[in-house]
Amino acid sequence: MVQQTRSGMDVLLDARGLTKRFGDILANDKVDLVINKGEIHALLGENGAGKSTLVKMFYGSLEPDGGEILWQGQKVSIGNPAAARELGIGMVFQHFSLFEALTVVENIALALPNPGKMTELATRIESVSVDYGLPLNPTDIVADLPVGIRQRIEIVRCLLQEPQLIIMDEPTSVLTPQEADLLFLTLQRLASEGCAVLYISHRLEEVQRICHHATILRHGKVVSECNPANETPATLASMMVGADVASVSAGAQKPQVGEIRLELSNLSAKAATPFATALNSISLGLHAGEVVAIAGVAGNGQGELFDAISGEMPVSQEMVRIDGKSCGSRSITWRRRQKAAFVPEERLGHGAVPGLKLSQNIVLTRHATGDKLTGSGFVSTARANALEKHIKQEFDVRMSHDDPEARSLSGGNLQKFVVGRELDRQPGVLVVNQPTWGVDAGAAALIRQALIDLARSGSAVLVISQDLDEIFEIADRIAVISRGYLSAAEPAADMNRERVGLLMAGGAEAQGEVA
Amino acid sequence: MRLELVKRKERSHKMAMLSPIIAIGLTALAAAIIFAVSGHNPLEGLYKFFVEPLTQQWSLQATIAKATPLVLIGCGLAVCYLSNNWNIGAEGQFIVGALFGSALPILLPDFESGATLPLMLVFGALGGALWALIPAVLKNWFNTNEILTSLMLVYVASLMLDYLVRGPWRDPDGYNFPESRMFSDAATMPDVFGGTMSLSTPITIVIALILAVVLAKTLKGFEIRVMGESPRAGSFAGFSAKRLTLFSFALAGGLAGLAGTMEVSGGLNQLLPTISPGYGFTAIIVAFLGRLNPIGIIIAGFVLALSYIGGEGVQSAMGVSNKIASVIQGLLLFFVLACDTLILYRIRLVSHHAPAGETSHV
Repeated sequence: MVQQTRSGMDVLLDARGLTKRFGDILANDKVDLVINKGEIHALLGENGAGKSTLVKMFYGSLEPDGGEILWQGQKVSIGNPAAARELGIGMVFQHFSLFEALTVVENIALALPNPGKMTELATRIESVSVDYGLPLNPTDIVADLPVGIRQRIEIVRCLLQEPQLIIMDEPTSVLTPQEADLLFLTLQRLASEGCAVLYISHRLEEVQRICHHATILRHGKVVSECNPANETPATLASMMVGADVASVSAGAQKPQVGEIRLELSNLSAKAATPFATALNSISLGLHAGEVVAIAGVAGNGQGELFDAISGEMPVSQEMVRIDGKSCGSRSITWRRRQKAAFVPEERLGHGAVPGLKLSQNIVLTRHATGDKLTGSGFVSTARANALEKHIKQEFDVRMSHDDPEARSLSGGNLQKFVVGRELDRQPGVLVVNQPTWGVDAGAAALIRQALIDLARSGSAVLVISQDLDEIFEIADRIAVISRGYLSAAEPAADMNRERVGLLMAGGAEAQGEVA
Repeated sequence: MRLELVKRKERSHKMAMLSPIIAIGLTALAAAIIFAVSGHNPLEGLYKFFVEPLTQQWSLQATIAKATPLVLIGCGLAVCYLSNNWNIGAEGQFIVGALFGSALPILLPDFESGATLPLMLVFGALGGALWALIPAVLKNWFNTNEILTSLMLVYVASLMLDYLVRGPWRDPDGYNFPESRMFSDAATMPDVFGGTMSLSTPITIVIALILAVVLAKTLKGFEIRVMGESPRAGSFAGFSAKRLTLFSFALAGGLAGLAGTMEVSGGLNQLLPTISPGYGFTAIIVAFLGRLNPIGIIIAGFVLALSYIGGEGVQSAMGVSNKIASVIQGLLLFFVLACDTLILYRIRLVSHHAPAGETSHV
């Protein structure tokens, strides 16, 4: 029925039944998508819903396993990005691929198939960029330019190839509101000239403001299509996260809430890099016996918050307290000795060293926590091996041979190991970032149950997650992080997906600014 | 069509052990080709280069004497490289160590006691460590690239040496030759086994063995390996990258400085403008050929020392250019790194898809 309301327009791209599988995971499951000429088309969905996979197939960096793509009515196979550009499909990435040491014109010349003379290209860049309200100085060196201008370079680079479809992956995530306003003007201008835009964003107000049509993905499938103008951020959010509330297993046995074990008070930190998020006076008290979950879209400060709590990013002493002891500037080892434990989002390269055996990876986080893994400077291999065997059995870590290198384990098995390594210590405070990201259902259930059990035994558990199903399944209280602001943690029973969705889309920020 | 390097799932430990041997084999092959192309009998060249030095006692001892500083410097560099600190300036640290160690016998020639030599060795190690700490501190505070700073400091050090032996430290009775006074007996490394080898060889072997145990068995060794492979995981483990940078540079510089002092107080007995035939640079090859493992480095140091002696051999016996030793050393490093790459990655041929525009079928 949605198709009918748009039937008068020319179809530019028509994807039919696109399917892409990674191992056991169906990233895209028979996705149908129609993009018309001159349309700003929003692609919405939670993290892991399959948005990136889908656009990568349009841009030629992934090959579909099934289905077909029709470009202006012709069936095409897009083998690589160069082929996509030849068809007239351009893409602006979330993280830019620019050489910092080179000038604007040099960077653009590198991406063009036949750039021609540098001086001519420079004049073309100037005229196109001014024409579209994105003025650029071709001789500026990229390293000196702020993020907003760098994005302009990417967009102008796209425009020079006179594309008919521009794919933008979360373009405003790195922009200030004023820069974003300028970008919207450009997009509207492009649309009025007949160029289509496929716009990926989590910011629902933005989508409402500039998009003509929206396709919503969930778990790799198209769940609905709509005209954003006829919706509210709340209805869009509920389409994104799905209305079906999972059964809450943690709520059945109400926790005996005890004293505060982890306390954050006015935790603030500046952004360390242009792509990092600043933390803005985050406060949260975590009681013994409860699981508190922090929901939020990726890149809103979760990693920074984790690093501040773990001690990898030191903050002011009073901002973090573990069992009443101030430790904001203490080391991660000191915090571990206070019976705190941490599981980062990235298993390989942060939580575990890829090239080390599992037994050695146990030494990684437990060398200073009274496990007798070290004695007068020497590492006890026997003790590490014994712990490795124990954790392997306890958490059902499956491996092809004894004590392999961490890199050879599958994601789910490594996650069980990394979580098990910390749970085995019976920590008083556990902070987990994305506990079941990319993990199969069986392993995810095991990990979630273990987290609940730990809390019920008197520990405080903080779960940072983008998976709302997971959050509603295990959390006693839920807070939402958005642009480095944290909403107040509210009892899970009083929360619903719509409310979480609204907080994700900037409500948490508003709440934080008021506070 | 293009070539792509694809990461292997797990490293083969057998190939990791074999790779230096394969690299040496490939180097010998390449050397034979070079001999043949330059109009010499390749088999005779290979024999003179790689085998003949091993057949006579004096050349065998000379090889071991040359291997000693290479092994000592290589061990220190291995700690740097394992922990992702790219110290290329061991040559400068070697020279500054030699200067610090020589200060005592040159400035106080009459101070002759049992403490003279031990003090010199301590000063030498200290000097090398201080010199190495300059790039480490610059890296930690100003984020400079330690490859460049440590390398540039080599030239500063060698000009310093040049200035001292031609100027203030020149031997007053030396007929204006650019060399320092001879060291007294108390400032000389004692010989062992009655030959050209000094006490520095057993000292080096003991240090290498200690380092092997430290790297394999202790928490410090664990920290070094973790930091090298995955700094993010290292900081998650509670290790400090900055402290380790200081530690590894100081250790490598200290060992290079010790090697420098032992070299001048062992064989040369005085400071000369040319105290090192590039030991600090060759030790980089030694460290990698020895798989950054002190035991492996002992063997690799011997192989590289052989290339110095063998290079002299083919030069005098066959009239081949004296640059041949450097070329063969360079080839060896190239093949070692290439073999290592293939242990971690495999090569895959990728064929391009036809551009989509023309072909409208799937």
